[in-house]
Amino acid sequence: MADLAVMLVKVVAAFGALLLLAAYMTWAERRVFALVQVRYGPNRVGPAGLLQPIADGIKLMFKESVIPAQADKLIFVLAPLVSLVPAMAAFAVIPFGSSVTLFGRQVDLIVADVNVGVLYIFALSGIGVYGIVLGAWASNSKYPLLGGLRSAAQLISYELSLGMSLLGVVLIAGSLSLKDIVAAQAHYPFILLQPLGFLLFLVCMLAETNRSPFDLPEAESELTGGFHTEYSSMHFAMYFLAEYCSMITLSAVAATFFLGGWRGPLLPPVVWFLVKVVAFMFFFMWVRATTPRLRYDQLMGFGWKVLLPLAILNVVATAGVMAFLG
Amino acid sequence: MVQEAQKSPLDSDLLGPIRTESLTLNMGPQHPSTHGVLRLVLEMEGENVTSCKPVIGYLHTGIEKNMEVKTYNKALTMTDRMDYLAPMSNNLGYVLAVERLLGLEIPRRCRWLRVLLAELTRIQSHLVWLGTHGLDLGAMTVFLYCFREREVILKIFEKVAGVRMMTSYFRVGGVARTPYPEFFDDCRRFLSDFPERVDEYEELLTDNPIYRRRTEGVCVFPAERALAWGVTGPSLRASGVDYDIRKKEPYTGYEEFQFEVPLGRNGDVLDRYLVRIAEMRQSHRICMQALEGMPEGPLMAADPKVVPPPKEQLAHDMEALIHHFKIFTEGYHVPAGEVYQAIESPRGELGYYVISDGSPKPYKVKVRAPSFANLFALPEFTRGALVGDMVAAIGSIDIVLGEIDR
Repeated sequence: MADLAVMLVKVVAAFGALLLLAAYMTWAERRVFALVQVRYGPNRVGPAGLLQPIADGIKLMFKESVIPAQADKLIFVLAPLVSLVPAMAAFAVIPFGSSVTLFGRQVDLIVADVNVGVLYIFALSGIGVYGIVLGAWASNSKYPLLGGLRSAAQLISYELSLGMSLLGVVLIAGSLSLKDIVAAQAHYPFILLQPLGFLLFLVCMLAETNRSPFDLPEAESELTGGFHTEYSSMHFAMYFLAEYCSMITLSAVAATFFLGGWRGPLLPPVVWFLVKVVAFMFFFMWVRATTPRLRYDQLMGFGWKVLLPLAILNVVATAGVMAFLG
Repeated sequence: MVQEAQKSPLDSDLLGPIRTESLTLNMGPQHPSTHGVLRLVLEMEGENVTSCKPVIGYLHTGIEKNMEVKTYNKALTMTDRMDYLAPMSNNLGYVLAVERLLGLEIPRRCRWLRVLLAELTRIQSHLVWLGTHGLDLGAMTVFLYCFREREVILKIFEKVAGVRMMTSYFRVGGVARTPYPEFFDDCRRFLSDFPERVDEYEELLTDNPIYRRRTEGVCVFPAERALAWGVTGPSLRASGVDYDIRKKEPYTGYEEFQFEVPLGRNGDVLDRYLVRIAEMRQSHRICMQALEGMPEGPLMAADPKVVPPPKEQLAHDMEALIHHFKIFTEGYHVPAGEVYQAIESPRGELGYYVISDGSPKPYKVKVRAPSFANLFALPEFTRGALVGDMVAAIGSIDIVLGEIDR
């Protein structure tokens, strides 16, 4: 019973924090953009515009959700959920702090310590793209269709490299559990052993979350919004949240695999974890503010001809060194 | 019939080769990257564009026809509304054409002032082009940087002409009014740090590998085909054709200025970008020369029948009052004849063909809009492009729909 209570508290706290963070990342993104682009950004609602995400949320909730007449209504409504739920669920296996003592018992700050955590994350991030493809298809409209096709092509080009780029770390840590991977970085973060893996992951991370310069499925200026062209109201907001949740989740994955997760001197572990995640989020925003968008064929070419060979090379080299050192 | 019904689905055409259809995509008139209300009907195989058909007319304003029922002075205000991103250039072309019909001698100071403002207009127009072109390719920040500088120029325009965009500042026989006292200082202040700003834009795009890959070899205009289509301006010069009206048929005193005409080699999107960037630097050079050597002297032509007298004269000079009244009611009579005056607008050869029948209203004003010719060259050079290329291509020819539809 107590176990269940602890579990519930963890689930609510972790996902509450994730959603809050996602909401505030929209604010942070606009502020960072404003900083880069010599303007102010949201600064009207609350101090420094801090209540802006809440205002946006309320506004979106009360908007009418327009469903196109030709759309496949059931799939159209469900598709955003297919995107959002995996994006959030993937966060479950990420340790966001060391253990704390709660009600006189030792509690690990991780929602679920799955022994194949890495596979779980890949599986869920793979499902996330179904939401986009289904939503695009169900809209029964041309721009979303093109966006959906691009998204599917992007998935197959990048999912593989994403997995491969983490494999080096898995080899060194000797475990698929994220908790063990953090434990294995007790002395130094894996970024020192896997610099190439880290860089590859950074690039794949951008592609996986459909962020600039790989934001082709949306491509505002080409496809007028791509897969979510026909979406409005909360259905649109769910796609939006899904994008930010998966950004946070992948930032957390990057922090866990390469920067030692919650480890760090002086500050409490949870704070270190947050700092690292936010640093990666800043990277996302920075890249979006400064780079143009790749073209569809260039994106695929880059994925297959550059990233994948490099990722394989990284895995083979890591395995070779491991075998050599015994 | 019966046999057909009994036919197993396995035998049917369903299992034949997969039937594919090309996708017809309506790009615009409401689309973020068609630069206004252009509509392109694209036939596509997947993401590859097999044919592209521009459809225009969504911004038709009837300006050319409208000018026929207005006096020469009133018709001038319609010219800014064509190419609304380069109002001064439009004014200039029209004003020069009418002045040629009238045989007016324009004072040197006025000519230099016109050059200064026309080049500021070119910078301003190229800034809008650069910003939106960047935006089309997903580089958002360039847009805001460009608009920051454009704002300064528009502020100068507002102070000198009273309006930010629809300036109508150049008038037949001179300009609408003497520039405000700090005008030259404002220009100098803006121009002093402008080259650094251009460096800043270039930093974001020129050597960016993603930008290069998006633009190199995309939508190539071969020189002879571009000429055949009547492409002009930076879009033509990017193909290596040295045709700049400021050099070939100098007007309003351009022959007195030193500047180069930047040329490209390949005629792709990248070259069109580089040519325009270089043009901004050349415009800066011309503006600096105009500021340095701005001649003293009268600003308006000495023809009381065309140029309205100064306001203070009206109170005590009968003749001035009569001229003023005539100019603003009946208008001035322009000798019968016809004239074609071309200028180098930021987009290319902007020509005004004005026919006068001797009355105070033009018999016909035909505008040769550079955007029109540039746009219709597009389908030939974008065959086989991807949707992403289309967006880059539309951006690279720098069209203004107001000018195309007129």
